[in-house]
Amino acid sequence: MKTRITAGFIPLLDSAILVTAREKGFAADEDIDLNLVRETSWANIRDRMAVGHFEVAHMLAPMPIASNLGITPLELQIIAPFALGLGGNAVTVSNSLWQAMAEAGLERGLDPVSAGKALRKVIADRLALRQNRLVFAVVHPHSGHNLELRYWLAGCGIDPDRDIDIIIIPPTLMADALSTGRIDGYCVGEPWNSVAVANGVGDIVTTKASIWRSSPEKVLGVRADWAVDESEVLAKLIRALHAAAQWCADRENLEELASILADKSYLDLSPDIMMRAVEGNLSIGGDMSIQIEDFFVPFARAATFPWQSHALWFYSQMVRWGLVTHSQKNTEIARNAYRPDLYRNALMSIGAAIPGANSKVEGALPRENPVGVSAGRLTLGPDGFFDGKIFDPDRINEYIASQQNPSKIR
Amino acid sequence: MPVESSRAELSVLVVDEDPVRASIIEAGLRDAGHSKVTIVNDTTGIARQIADIAPDVIVIDLENPNRDMLENVFQVSRAVRRPIALFVDRSDQASIEAAIDAGVSAYVVDGLRKERVKPILDMAVTRFHAYARLQQELETARSELEGRKTIERAKGILMQSKGISEEEAYARLRRSAMNQNRKLLDIAQSLITAAGLLDE
Repeated sequence: MKTRITAGFIPLLDSAILVTAREKGFAADEDIDLNLVRETSWANIRDRMAVGHFEVAHMLAPMPIASNLGITPLELQIIAPFALGLGGNAVTVSNSLWQAMAEAGLERGLDPVSAGKALRKVIADRLALRQNRLVFAVVHPHSGHNLELRYWLAGCGIDPDRDIDIIIIPPTLMADALSTGRIDGYCVGEPWNSVAVANGVGDIVTTKASIWRSSPEKVLGVRADWAVDESEVLAKLIRALHAAAQWCADRENLEELASILADKSYLDLSPDIMMRAVEGNLSIGGDMSIQIEDFFVPFARAATFPWQSHALWFYSQMVRWGLVTHSQKNTEIARNAYRPDLYRNALMSIGAAIPGANSKVEGALPRENPVGVSAGRLTLGPDGFFDGKIFDPDRINEYIASQQNPSKIR
Repeated sequence: MPVESSRAELSVLVVDEDPVRASIIEAGLRDAGHSKVTIVNDTTGIARQIADIAPDVIVIDLENPNRDMLENVFQVSRAVRRPIALFVDRSDQASIEAAIDAGVSAYVVDGLRKERVKPILDMAVTRFHAYARLQQELETARSELEGRKTIERAKGILMQSKGISEEEAYARLRRSAMNQNRKLLDIAQSLITAAGLLDE
């Protein structure tokens, strides 16, 4: 008798592990009937989890943290015992903003420093001409997109609250909003950057992997009470997702993965667009394609491990941008939203290579590095932030205090 | 927090991309004595509208992909008294479930008394259900009509190819359906497909 688990997901590249678990039989191997329901908003995912329609879901990595901190319209205790890969996002701008950035000296490429420098100059020029503020979009305030976009902008001397406007638009509508001129740029997961480039309405200027390499993006969100009641089933699901992630990482499978994701029950797009995303070989505009290292990492480098240092970095950024006030209590809530203990319990028995620590210093590895694991071998990194800063979760108070926001451009 | 005057009329904003359903909700609100009702079909520019209308209650359909945008508007527009909590009472699990099952959700400003807002949500839930039922009936009617057209076409093909009357054509289709234990519509569909193949 199979156990039925219903999972909500949003049509994005990083639903890949959940989709694969179902389509390639990894869930069935663990006696799970994994029912996937496509949703139209992250709010729906949260609400339908709250009323028991979903036991688990594809979630923005900061969502369980925000939910447990009680800063969402519906309170719900959610845990993240598994990460759905690293990376996968990019920043896309309209053709006209790209043109302006090129005139400000930007060459085609994905370097976040030169893109930020050009953008800052464009903003200053617009200010001098008394033109409207540029509008950028992200998918949700409690998202990696919002927090990494802000981190990048602030690191380039742009105040994301005062020099530009940031609004919320669902991923599927981003390219349209760009083409109608409602927004000038956005940060979103693939394939919704490639869609804008393919439609000739946008240009990719940088990626999540360039802003913070090997950084967290989506997690498996699990209702906290269900995780307690059904701990055995959850452990099976974690094993199924672990096997699915490994399948997704195999280059031999990429073409099949692209075609599964392209299907109309998932992303409903051309396999060609999906192939760019799964390979990390993005057309960025102007007939230029770039093979991006570590664009989306589904398995290698402990990509599915729910590092508590990831949770704490998101928390530090939520504090930075006024989404939550910093306290010792809130720090603990954020840390405990991620559950490496459940990950370890589920995967220890199958001899998976699992990190020995729950947290690591983020941004400290300039190159691949072997680490202590329970079994097998594991390498972590490179994982640098674009500005060379380091986040030590044991010194979070100092990190938060040291975050200086740029002064408004004049 | 502003003290709520029990007699002040509630301002209700209905966000629904389906204009028909929105007007059904609006009618329900007006019947219940609410005159400060605003309908928004297009969520572009809703931030400004929320600031202008200062709604006490917002009713929105769950299929709307802009719910995340809307929730963010509540969080950033700190200047206005804004709806923050989802549903009237976060602990009223039954009401929350009923609403989500019906495909509707509501945001309410902090401090509103439950008995003032609950009837609005209950009405919305009832009307969402009624509308879904109506849609389903329409769908059924549409497919019945399609079915009749298919059978008509199959009869026409038989009449032409066999030189038989309409009654005889229908009797043959029905006989095949009975003999093969299949639906009349399936037989008609197979016949049309077969005829199409033979024509190629």
